[in-house]
Amino acid sequence: MADTVASRNGTPAASAAGFVWGYRYGLLLVVLPLLLIAGGKAGFVSNFQFLQLSLMIVYAIAVLGLNLLTGFNGQISLGHGAFFAAGAYTAAILIDQHNWPLWATLPMAALVCFFAGYLFGLPALRLEGHYLALATFALAVAVPQILKYRHLEPITKGVMGINVFKSDPPFGLPLSTDQWMFLVVLAVAAFMFWIARNLLDSRTGRALIAIRDHSMAASTMGINVAHYKAVVFGISALYTGLAGALHGVIFEFVSPDSFRFELSIAILVGAVVGGIASLPGAVIGGVFVQVIEKYADALTKQISAAVQLPLELDPWLIYGIVLIALMYAMPTGIVGGMAVLWRRLKAMRGL
Amino acid sequence: MGLCKTLLAGAGALALAATAASAQKKYDEGASDTEIRIGHTNPYSGPASAYGQIGKTIEAYFKMVNDKGGINGRKITFITYDDGYAPPKTVEMVRKLVEEDKVLFVFQTLGTPSNTAIHKYLNGKKVPQLFVATGASVWGKPQEYPWTMGWQPDYQTEGIIYAKHILANVKDPKIAVLMQNDDYGRDYLNGFKRGLGKDADKIVQVATYEVADPNIDSQIIQLKNSGANAFFNITTPKFAALAIKKAHEIGWKPAHYLNNVSASVGSVMKPAGLEASQAIVTAAYLKDPTDPQFQNDADMGTWRAFMDKYYPNGDKTSAFTTYGYAVSSTLAEVLKRAGDNLTRENIMKQAASLKALEVPLLLPGIKINTSPTDFYPIQSVRLQRFEGETWQLFGDVLSNEAD
Amino acid sequence: MEQLLQQVGAGLANGAIYASLALALVMIFVSTNHINFAQGEMAMFSAYIAWQFMEWGLSFWLALPLVMALSFTTGVVIERTILRPLHGAPVLSVVVVFIGLLTIFHALAGGIWTYTIKAVPSPFPEVAFPGSGYIGSHQLGMIGVTVIVLIALFTFFRFTPLGLAMRAAAQNPASARLAGISVDWMLALGWGLAAAVGAVAGCMVAPAVYLEPNMMASILLYGFAGALVGGISSPGGAVAGGFIVGVLENLIAYLGNVVERTTGLYIVGNGEKLTVALVIVIAVLTLKPSGLFGHVTVERV
Repeated sequence: MADTVASRNGTPAASAAGFVWGYRYGLLLVVLPLLLIAGGKAGFVSNFQFLQLSLMIVYAIAVLGLNLLTGFNGQISLGHGAFFAAGAYTAAILIDQHNWPLWATLPMAALVCFFAGYLFGLPALRLEGHYLALATFALAVAVPQILKYRHLEPITKGVMGINVFKSDPPFGLPLSTDQWMFLVVLAVAAFMFWIARNLLDSRTGRALIAIRDHSMAASTMGINVAHYKAVVFGISALYTGLAGALHGVIFEFVSPDSFRFELSIAILVGAVVGGIASLPGAVIGGVFVQVIEKYADALTKQISAAVQLPLELDPWLIYGIVLIALMYAMPTGIVGGMAVLWRRLKAMRGL
Repeated sequence: MGLCKTLLAGAGALALAATAASAQKKYDEGASDTEIRIGHTNPYSGPASAYGQIGKTIEAYFKMVNDKGGINGRKITFITYDDGYAPPKTVEMVRKLVEEDKVLFVFQTLGTPSNTAIHKYLNGKKVPQLFVATGASVWGKPQEYPWTMGWQPDYQTEGIIYAKHILANVKDPKIAVLMQNDDYGRDYLNGFKRGLGKDADKIVQVATYEVADPNIDSQIIQLKNSGANAFFNITTPKFAALAIKKAHEIGWKPAHYLNNVSASVGSVMKPAGLEASQAIVTAAYLKDPTDPQFQNDADMGTWRAFMDKYYPNGDKTSAFTTYGYAVSSTLAEVLKRAGDNLTRENIMKQAASLKALEVPLLLPGIKINTSPTDFYPIQSVRLQRFEGETWQLFGDVLSNEAD
Repeated sequence: MEQLLQQVGAGLANGAIYASLALALVMIFVSTNHINFAQGEMAMFSAYIAWQFMEWGLSFWLALPLVMALSFTTGVVIERTILRPLHGAPVLSVVVVFIGLLTIFHALAGGIWTYTIKAVPSPFPEVAFPGSGYIGSHQLGMIGVTVIVLIALFTFFRFTPLGLAMRAAAQNPASARLAGISVDWMLALGWGLAAAVGAVAGCMVAPAVYLEPNMMASILLYGFAGALVGGISSPGGAVAGGFIVGVLENLIAYLGNVVERTTGLYIVGNGEKLTVALVIVIAVLTLKPSGLFGHVTVERV
């Protein structure tokens, strides 16, 4: 399963991943947030909209983590919500029980999740395809229960969860908390995407892709498959855990109910819908995760108001239909679909 | 000239009256001459989606109110979002309600973790978090959280009442407890232990289950083998039915106390089997729509007519729909009393000064009482025992005077 | 000892639930090489339809074949309309389509029949039999039906030309096509059969745990684990795997409880039994990746 995932999927999305991170994009990354903040000051962009933007970026980081594992290394995971939770709890516990400042908790959460991922990745080496799917599925289901484990309760606070105090903007910056968090999240994301980009361009990145495309061939070329696979699991968990830490801080609250199995599914769906082996695909996936449910909910209400149905309309019905329609129209995700569309347009102009 | 003067004076008086009236009309964000905006979140999807019926009932209730001309001439705009029983989503949706939809207050947000996640935010913003849908005991603390108020009897009080009843009625009690492994189960158990006091060691076995467990046979076997002669069953409807059925199947006959959450004839006792359900004791504050004794009850008749007209797809055997109706009626009364002074402060003030209010569908003798220091609207329950195919009330109206 | 036997009995009863879903999962895997994550929800939906038939006055044994036929048709239609266009798509896209199907069936069931639990009467008479203190008559009947389905599937795949053709189509589509097998229709047939087997599972499970839209959601993971631990390509293994998971889980809780009672030390309890059972299952799989009863597949490079 894992092999086919990647080999069939790689090409169109990867070609679309030829996203140039030149200075123009760097400039955009500075100008755009400044414009948004100015918009916020002038009252065009509300705090709630900043929250929405922050969440899209947070999910984009989480999806990127899964992308590195599944898209670029061919290992499937139905359980990335577990690492998301690990990151969130690490940050929450450090802030709440040890009074750490926000900036210090993020590297710590990343580190903890890297090791968690690496350790999970080691036995997972022997598991491929469906077996890995089961192991990660199990992880996602088990995590909320582990958080409630009696002997961990003094640290995790069990079912009641932990309230986290969000840090106010430092140095007396004239920003609202939401605007400040948006900037923090954006900076972290830009940094992490830059790292991912460089990683994939490096020797390591080429080794990962070689393993995905043909692990046996890769090992004959002298690539230490076991080592790379476990490390990439760790890196992937690091990304998703970092996203979790930011998520916990944004909401000022973590609890076992915040990180149920549905979260893992949402991350997986985001990765696939965006485009599985592509950095821009991760951004699109993050946006998708954040908006789809609200969209489905709103649409459901409109339909229910417009027509009298003999049954209760459920937003998840719309959600399911959207997923199937998207996969039908763009089997390799939105980025892949765009690439195909772009080539067709070019071909038409060529004629 | 004289006429002119009188006219002028009259006009002056009129103008004065008008200013007086507009001076009385006070609005915070979310209220106006024509509208009151109410925000609400509910799990319409996810593991707790059964509770979605509460939201739909409330929505239907205010549609009925609007059809009848609204409250003091104002239409109710009831905005409800799905939070999937996930606290982060509740935070997000509640912020949307307050910051984008500009609601006057938030009503009936459901679940202890979800309410814990939003109650600092709402109290910081001074937006009422009214009649939250959880029986946790942390909501009635006006000193710390003056903008948050519960509604139903809290789980701790109920737990205390069962504990006292067991101590008074079961000879040499050895108690087994089955509980859902979350905040709700924990709260009941804590109250129960408090009620037992020094007899807390009479609990011989506690077994937990997860909402995701397919069934709980293993737990019931464990409890039976502990040799217990009393059983406190802290479960949601499906698991309550499974527990009652399994206990009956393996011939375990303890004095059975079932939490109020699952005291529905239609969705628990009947599916579990009437024979298996005999003599189970529970505490109640609402009339059960599936109980034959309320077949001809006037409140029930009104409720049925409401369901037929405004929520025809709704489940008339579910206790969630009666709950939604009763809590909406309470809110409607608060808004009526607030009159034209629709500030957030006045909403809280009115909600905190209900005296012996009778709300439809509450059991006879149970009334709503609040004060600036008492943020627990319903504090009393009545014990009832299952006999034949109906609940039989016994004893007096009970409340937890110890607190 | 008494309790131990009761716990094993209850574990076997749960095992039968997992085994019946695991069979449907194996069914679709053998014929399409996919794990259908929507299988549980489809089985739940079938059980609702059976319940609806019974509400309209049909007996259980009349409703069951009707629902199986309906589910078979639905399975074939889903394959032909929704999955057919995705034959060339990446596996992960297919997984997302399964997730889409899962939410659709779940939402439809909740919308049509609400989330209030429904009691489904057991089709088996309640009679006393040796050992009835340890396992209920419905549970015993459920185990019997699972075994019957298993034997039927085994015979079908092993001895009928159609069954052989289906396996050939899944294992080596190119050669199968050359041998004149209509691979496309074999896939559709696989979906139909899996849906029918799932319908049996749903109708057997519903009386045991009550019918509601979330009925199968939690069972899916157990069924999946059972299917894999037994060997995903072997129906017999899947059934054995289901029973193993069911018994294992109860034994963990039981032992944890015994330890706590004797030493006062809490190590595992009901809250952790699933986690521990899964850890054991996964540990077994890392040591024996093809499952306890599966064949090692040799891949040609």
